[in-house]
Amino acid sequence: MKCFSRYLPYLFRPPNTILSSSCHTEADIISTVEFNSTGELLATGDKGGRVVVFQREQESKNQPHRRGEYNVYSTFQSHEPEFDYLKSLEIEEKINKIRWLPQQNAAYFLLSTNDKTVKLWKISERDKRPEGYNLKDEDGRIRDPNTITSLRVPVLRPMDLMVEATPRRVFSNAHTYHINSISINSDYETYMSTDDLRINLWNLEITNRSFNVVDIKPANMEELTEVITAAEFHPNHCNTFVYSSSKGSIRMCDMRAAALCDNHSKFFEEPEDPSNRSFFSEIISSISDVKFSHSGRYLMTRDYLTVKVWDLNMESKPLETYQVHDYLRSKLCSLYENDCIFDKFECVWNGSDSVIMTGSYNNFFRMFDRNTKRDVTLEASRENSKPRAILKPRKVCVGGKRRKDEISVDSLDFSKKILHTAWHPSENIIAVAATNNLYIFQDKVN
Amino acid sequence: MNLTLLFLLHHSRAMFSKGTKRKFSDGGEELPEEGLPGSNEELSSVSYSLQRQSLLDMSLIKLQLCHMLVEPNLCRSVLIANTVRQIQEEMTHDGSWQAATMMEAFAAASAAGSGAAGPPERLVATEVLCRPGREMNGSPTAEPKLFSVMGYEECREEEVVAVEEDSICSEAASNVCLSGSMGHCWERGMLRGERELDSRLGAPDEDVDVEEEDEEEEDDNELEGCREEGEAKAMRQVFGTFEIKNSHPGPESALEELFSDVDASYYDLDTMLTGMQAAPKIGPYDLLDSLSQSHTPSSLSSASNCRSDLNELDHIMEIIVGS
Repeated sequence: MKCFSRYLPYLFRPPNTILSSSCHTEADIISTVEFNSTGELLATGDKGGRVVVFQREQESKNQPHRRGEYNVYSTFQSHEPEFDYLKSLEIEEKINKIRWLPQQNAAYFLLSTNDKTVKLWKISERDKRPEGYNLKDEDGRIRDPNTITSLRVPVLRPMDLMVEATPRRVFSNAHTYHINSISINSDYETYMSTDDLRINLWNLEITNRSFNVVDIKPANMEELTEVITAAEFHPNHCNTFVYSSSKGSIRMCDMRAAALCDNHSKFFEEPEDPSNRSFFSEIISSISDVKFSHSGRYLMTRDYLTVKVWDLNMESKPLETYQVHDYLRSKLCSLYENDCIFDKFECVWNGSDSVIMTGSYNNFFRMFDRNTKRDVTLEASRENSKPRAILKPRKVCVGGKRRKDEISVDSLDFSKKILHTAWHPSENIIAVAATNNLYIFQDKVN
Repeated sequence: MNLTLLFLLHHSRAMFSKGTKRKFSDGGEELPEEGLPGSNEELSSVSYSLQRQSLLDMSLIKLQLCHMLVEPNLCRSVLIANTVRQIQEEMTHDGSWQAATMMEAFAAASAAGSGAAGPPERLVATEVLCRPGREMNGSPTAEPKLFSVMGYEECREEEVVAVEEDSICSEAASNVCLSGSMGHCWERGMLRGERELDSRLGAPDEDVDVEEEDEEEEDDNELEGCREEGEAKAMRQVFGTFEIKNSHPGPESALEELFSDVDASYYDLDTMLTGMQAAPKIGPYDLLDSLSQSHTPSSLSSASNCRSDLNELDHIMEIIVGS
């Protein structure tokens, strides 16, 4: 990709929010975005527990400009608010993460999780309906056996296409703390779910048993100084996974070494720069997201101010460090006061691992080209992204003099943050979640 | 999907949000670096310790609010608690450092230029004499550990141990909560020289006995002492916030204890409660401005302010707790 700014913006919103009212509610805020492995589908989860799946339009010859548009394919309520009577606490329905399983038949499968429970959903199409059962009438009622006098062969009749989402497995009661990550193993049989203190390994078929692979809970909770913030399986090696911590380190574990991976096989950590040391050092070094590159060679981590790329063969320091919004370094106290410093920004790789993307404030998001070392700040906004217009790079002004088109640090809107983004697995199509809006941008087609 | 409709809806909302946009701590960043005359170390150290104190107070309130939730965001609570521990360590360290300066390190301090002991602005009155001996013994053993993590470089595991003196020798810990001298930078570029000096001096200070300095500071402001004492209590409580449904005293009593000691009047509780969504109404430097205006910061005046604000706070807390 030569020029980042050549994106054609499209704008989508979850359909229910359009129908309900112009004023969005807390429940409409998008909490996760994920493409499936082919990029044909894009799923979003929101705070209201809903999952919306978008499907990419097939290319049509008479409307070439419509290529690649995503339309709503299926919407379903994945999680409902619950109440834990034993602990007397409410369990939010907010979808924390969605992960697609590789497609193996005509149906699609995805895992979605809230704070406590992971669910396996099957999304399938139906355009035929069986009719003429012997034992049931047309409405599904069981017929009186005495009235059945002849044998009929049921037939399939065509009907309008219907997309169904059905829960196939519910994995519950394994997490005491809040689930922050789920990751499907490359063996496609197992997955892991991670909360603040533990990582559990599940078989996708078995819901009543999971194996605890990491447990960092101290015997005395008052001694707790570190939590797990994210975890992911290696894309090719089914025995390897990594997890990141609130102290800025990443541990890589090998499940062949022991059933309980309390001892890591690799420990990635950058020595702290003494010149940048402050009371906020630990908070800003806390890792909010960790992602393997598609190749499996690199790791990417996001902390509050930077995104770092690590080579799996070098634990002592990151290969590359990119400043996401360094101008906030002088504002850390205010960001601590208003709690923004605890925002969990995620990060994604492009299909070829050459570009990385992550979010910032003021509906800005950043892209870094690892080869050319160029970076760009773009804005997901309604005013600036007319359909098929080209996104203009934005600039934040740090010093005293503000040029035209620049925005000063003091006028950034910290309530508009882009935490969740996704990149199509093979093309330059990105999805950016900005509160209740989902923006899908596409590299310009010549 | 009706794109035209979308734009209409968004447009109206965009207008609204423009109107309500707030500025983010105007001009705050000038204060630390150039705002203070380099020659006036006293002033800068006072402002540093004030900032540190306000950060500590803010953190304690945040922790206390976490404490009221059945299931707080664990990551956030842990990070805040670690921040409090770090401040506590540094304050502990400051006190010993002063004693060391008096005893042996005057030369080193003057050589470094900027350091000479900061004003005993918030030195703590202690109750050394009323403490049980067991707890007094606790402090010297805890001290070296505290210093060993002052470099922060490899402080991963040791830090855990070092700051857990709350449970073992909490009274002692509360008594060494000194501030007022130079410490580490809390914002990059601010007081950097002093911080370097500080960390250079950190190592030789390890064997300083806290009790000695306790006696020296004994006759200091009594109110201060009570306040620090209370903070330590609050800290003990808030560090226990992680256990779901733990067996700490009920939120009401804990609250009362906390807010009678911590001056919450500087903080916009609303901002903290609404957390993520709210834009900051006042920046930290605004806080500091107000602090420096009232001049007798956080000691006598705050104690009385605090009382007057208590009713209001109680009211807010009632709403939060839902009682």
